[in-house]
Amino acid sequence: MEAAAPSITAKPARSGLMKHLEGRITFLLLAIAGICLPLFDDSYAGVIATRACIYWILIAGLNLVVGYAGQIAIGWVSLLTLGAYTTAVLTAGTVVPAWSPYIALAISGLVGAVFGVIIGLPALRLRTFYFAMTTLGFATIVTQIALAWRTVTGGGIGIAGPVFDWPFDPGWGFYYFCFILAALCTWMTANIAASRFGRALVAIRDAEVAAEASGVAKPRLLMTIFVFSGAVAGVSGGLFASLQSYITPDAFTFDLSVLFFIAILIGGRGSILGPLLGTIILTVLPEIAAPLVAWSTFLYAALLLLIVLLIPGGIADLLDYRNRRPLEQHREIATRPDLLPRLLERAKTADILALKGIELSFGGVRAIAGLDLEIRPGEVHGLIGPNGSGKTTTLNVISGYYAPQAGTVQLGSAQLPPSVPHARAAHRIARTFQTPRLIGGASVIENVMIGGTIDGACTFGESLITLPRHRRDEKHLREAALLALQTVGLETLAAVRADRLQHSELRFVEIARALMLRPACLLLDEPAAGLSAEEIRRLGALIKAISRAGTAVLLVEHHADLIFDICDRVTVLNLGKVLAAGTPEEIRSHREVVSAYLGA
Amino acid sequence: MLESIVSYGLAVGAVYALIGITYNVMFSASRAFSFTAGMLGMLGGVLGALFIDRLELPVILGLLLVLASGAVLGIVTEFVAVRPVLKSIEQHLYVLSTLAFSLLFAQFTAIEWGTDAAPFPRLIPIGEGIFDQKFWLPMLACAVTVIGLELLYRRTLIGRAFLAIAEDSYAARALGLPEQRLRIASFAIAGMIGALAGFSGGEMLLAYFGNQAILNFYGFVPVALGGMGNNRGALVGGLLLGLFQQAANFLVGGIFASVAVFTVFIIVLLLRPEGFAGASGARRV
Repeated sequence: MEAAAPSITAKPARSGLMKHLEGRITFLLLAIAGICLPLFDDSYAGVIATRACIYWILIAGLNLVVGYAGQIAIGWVSLLTLGAYTTAVLTAGTVVPAWSPYIALAISGLVGAVFGVIIGLPALRLRTFYFAMTTLGFATIVTQIALAWRTVTGGGIGIAGPVFDWPFDPGWGFYYFCFILAALCTWMTANIAASRFGRALVAIRDAEVAAEASGVAKPRLLMTIFVFSGAVAGVSGGLFASLQSYITPDAFTFDLSVLFFIAILIGGRGSILGPLLGTIILTVLPEIAAPLVAWSTFLYAALLLLIVLLIPGGIADLLDYRNRRPLEQHREIATRPDLLPRLLERAKTADILALKGIELSFGGVRAIAGLDLEIRPGEVHGLIGPNGSGKTTTLNVISGYYAPQAGTVQLGSAQLPPSVPHARAAHRIARTFQTPRLIGGASVIENVMIGGTIDGACTFGESLITLPRHRRDEKHLREAALLALQTVGLETLAAVRADRLQHSELRFVEIARALMLRPACLLLDEPAAGLSAEEIRRLGALIKAISRAGTAVLLVEHHADLIFDICDRVTVLNLGKVLAAGTPEEIRSHREVVSAYLGA
Repeated sequence: MLESIVSYGLAVGAVYALIGITYNVMFSASRAFSFTAGMLGMLGGVLGALFIDRLELPVILGLLLVLASGAVLGIVTEFVAVRPVLKSIEQHLYVLSTLAFSLLFAQFTAIEWGTDAAPFPRLIPIGEGIFDQKFWLPMLACAVTVIGLELLYRRTLIGRAFLAIAEDSYAARALGLPEQRLRIASFAIAGMIGALAGFSGGEMLLAYFGNQAILNFYGFVPVALGGMGNNRGALVGGLLLGLFQQAANFLVGGIFASVAVFTVFIIVLLLRPEGFAGASGARRV
């Protein structure tokens, strides 16, 4: 019956052709080709390859913003412009005494980082299109300033680009300089992509609410990414100025922004290799199609339209063979509650979660009208009531999405502030959602690992260059996620894309993700909806075992049988007020509850 | 100086307001913002100059042809760049599809029409100085459009159907409203408004392919200020933007005027992301 007997030593999820390719071979081949290029002694090819490297330095950073975090930053050419002019002006010696080009390049990176944050700031508060528009507006303005600020930028006449001296002097020396930096960017962004930061970025893109509930602080993470992405774009600009040898505002047309964007889209969102190949293709293509040069922007635009309409997944999606193999048809969710003690081991005893006098109205509707609730560790607390009685609203108050007009939420002695949902994870409050909120494009285990985000100890910088703490974090997270998946009985699906799972499996993946937090308090929003009778029975046993391991469980549910089977206490809500509270037996015989909700 | 700030500011502000309304009409029908708004404005000027100046058609015929072209472009936008990406609107692919679509036309114009600004013909030789036609024509076009849209939305049955779609497209479909056809009609109307913006402001802005990017941005500012889908907000926002920009132009000079506009835009958006007249966001959980 139990088809795939779960074993603790199940092999890690990283296997399969695409992962393997993405991990090693293609990158190695590209690196060898890049190193050997000067052997051909073709200076024209050298210029094109240098340009591809310079573009990639910028695109690698932008890829984290666009491909991973899903922020539509279309005016990124402005940072290239800023970097180019900063380096050129500092080395020209017309405004300030001439600096070494290497120092000027570093300063360009700094300037890029600062402006990356300035451009990125609106992304934290604005809708997608607004953000796209602000980046576009910024790009227009930077060009206008470059044109008008003649004393510094030379206006329309332009300014000479920097010339790098030994060891990276013009020609192949400069090519190797760009190549090394491009390789470095590839390595660093691949590290980030495979770290908890990369997973959190994708979570922000595809399941923002769930990411917050798992403790991902969107503002901070996005700002970090904008700093990094801006810095590499600034450096890329400095190199671009040197390659052009003379820069005017005309060199930084909007076409370049479109090119950067297409490279990422052709490659596919959430991939490093795809955009890298896209960059190479788009840099080389115009050289082959020289007669069409006047129409190049037109063709780029046509290409962009076609990609968006026909293959929104890009090259990476086309290459993803692994996820086209059929899954086993009749799968069973074999939960293993016996693993819970190992998964949930914690240092201190959990606290009581207490709601006092909560009041919350939306306009004229009183969703919650003075609610007191106490959820104790080691118990399952059922919250039932008719539709619109305030059950999910209560959950949203506890997890910080709604700010109540009156009343307090306390965990132990700590007061939980309203409106900061991402801070709840630090208090070990985890939750699931009425409709599962998972990242469809990520594998099941990656989805579960999101739940452990706040347990990572390493910083962004450490992940960037894979210091030991980063590797230790990754190992721990992966082991814990595998254990969580075994607990909910889904470890055989660990490597499968989440959007290929059945609805009932998604519900259990969400529970596994919540368990990653080793929750002091677990909020479950209708976990049994859409499950079969047998699955509900296993779910019930699992929830009960979670509470017995010391967690306070709040269960919102419509299945009365499940509620009365596993709850230690039940609260009945009606019109935002407590209609009745007590043990399941008391509730079952409560006259008003029976007439208002349960039915005779 | 003051009168030229006011007359030029209000005139260019009227053009911005019209582009803002173009954004709004498309947004109300589809929940998607479309970069084709600036393209329509740019083409209104270029096509007007083409029909009236180069082909020497009568002014009225030229205007009608421009409006018809705008309507056709609006409908094509809906078919090619908006409808295919509407079913997964949460991915915001319309940002890219409409951008690509509008770039196609900008580049085509740049190649076939030229990258230099060409003069736009003087249509009606009435008024001079600050009462010049180039100043009052955009304001007149803006007034006609705003009043026309108000009458359409508030007084006619089909106008109410537009509002119903904008308010709640599911409920409107459940009532049996032909959402798809109404959306196409909205895009056609938006196409005409955008083309009219470029046409009426043609003498001021000239027939120039680069107007697309400028109108895309400055036409969006009134939407951001007035709130999405709010035409009255866009009208007020557009006129204020025009005045502010011209005042800044005279006081601190061209580039710093655009920096000032951009800075104000960002600050306003950060303080009030929903605009001065808009409602705040919907529930997420």
